[in-house]
Amino acid sequence: MNPKVKIASRVAKEFESGDVVNLGIGLPTLVADYIPQGIEVVFQSENGILGLGPSPEKGQEDPLITNAGAQPVTILPGGCYFDSATSFMLIRGGHVDVTVLGALQVDQKGNLANWMIPGKMVPGMGGAMDLVTGAKRVIIAMQHCTKTGGAKILDECTLPLTAKEEVDLIITEYAVMKVTDKGLVVLEISKEISKEELQKCTGASLIFPETIKTMEEAI
Amino acid sequence: MDELSKVISKEKFQELLKDDLSIMVGGFLAVGSPDLLIEGVIDSNIKNITLICNDTGFPDKGVGKWIVNKQVKKAVTSHIGTNPESGNQLNKGETIFDLTPQGTLAEKIRAAGAGLGGILTPTGIGTIAAEGKEIIKVEGKEYILEESLRADIALIKAQKADKKGNLVYTKAARNFNPIMAFAADTVVVEVEELVEVGDIDPNNVVTPSVLVDYIVLGVEK
Repeated sequence: MNPKVKIASRVAKEFESGDVVNLGIGLPTLVADYIPQGIEVVFQSENGILGLGPSPEKGQEDPLITNAGAQPVTILPGGCYFDSATSFMLIRGGHVDVTVLGALQVDQKGNLANWMIPGKMVPGMGGAMDLVTGAKRVIIAMQHCTKTGGAKILDECTLPLTAKEEVDLIITEYAVMKVTDKGLVVLEISKEISKEELQKCTGASLIFPETIKTMEEAI
Repeated sequence: MDELSKVISKEKFQELLKDDLSIMVGGFLAVGSPDLLIEGVIDSNIKNITLICNDTGFPDKGVGKWIVNKQVKKAVTSHIGTNPESGNQLNKGETIFDLTPQGTLAEKIRAAGAGLGGILTPTGIGTIAAEGKEIIKVEGKEYILEESLRADIALIKAQKADKKGNLVYTKAARNFNPIMAFAADTVVVEVEELVEVGDIDPNNVVTPSVLVDYIVLGVEK
């Protein structure tokens, strides 16, 4: 399975019916395509939409119905529009149950860095800082390593932070890891990788409990 | 004010412009941005603008064109990643970018419009967004004191206005527009449709007419 599809499919299993969910740009956006049948979540977009629907058919795009990445989307019956202050009242006020975001780095304390690389890439934080601070649950969905094989899950983030100690769960193509007071606990591991290999490509000490599920069984 | 006098042309709007203005502009990645007014600012070629906008758009769309045209001295914004020219000017030190979390930006503007001196937000605690700012504890939790943010002029976009300036928005084109209508000395709205007073159901008015100084009829999209 394509790693991105695998990650998105696994993240999609984390929701309960009725959850208000905000998906970040990139890989997290894919999650919407893998929500299990029978689970109904309400997608929120920071530009002022609650109740996002599937992508429009080609030719049916409405230039005024877009997500926070300016991609065309649709709105479901029962959805609504609102202004930016209201949008962030939802986000910061704890009315969003889950946010799913990508990361440049995430560490064992739940610190997240995903908005800039000094001197190289400074796109700005957009709504990410508010989302990570305000959402009840923060799930990081990302490929386990950088394109050159470097660790993204670290003892301590070295890039400027998006938020301090806010991440709850990290889902990669290799594992599902929970942020706890003691460190990162591996809840599920992919059958494609051994514990030793997983530890080797991770920059923080992982905690392996006695029972660890196979990640593929949960997808 | 005579209700009809609020409706002005793009050329008349340009007479309001001069160098060194702070200008707030509605829109989110150029969705719901006042494109004709943005063009007017380009035509006037005013300089040293302090721009307040969610993002710096694209090089050929939205306020991004002001960046390309080197009219902006400083931008208070949450995102510049869709406009490579913003990145270039940041790296060369030609333009100041005050990168602000989106929710904080919205709330700073809302606070100004509501007559508040600022807000306390947990967003940005422990990050460089908190640098140089006062931290205030409320019931044991840390918040950043963020001061309110107003402008000399707000350029906003609505779908429809009546001739008094009551405004109705549509779809995701609402975004920052309604809150900016409260937060500037002069508020200019670009609309796609202009109707008679009484034609908009008062239940549907989002921005009350008293906030709007000038109305410019834009092009329908």
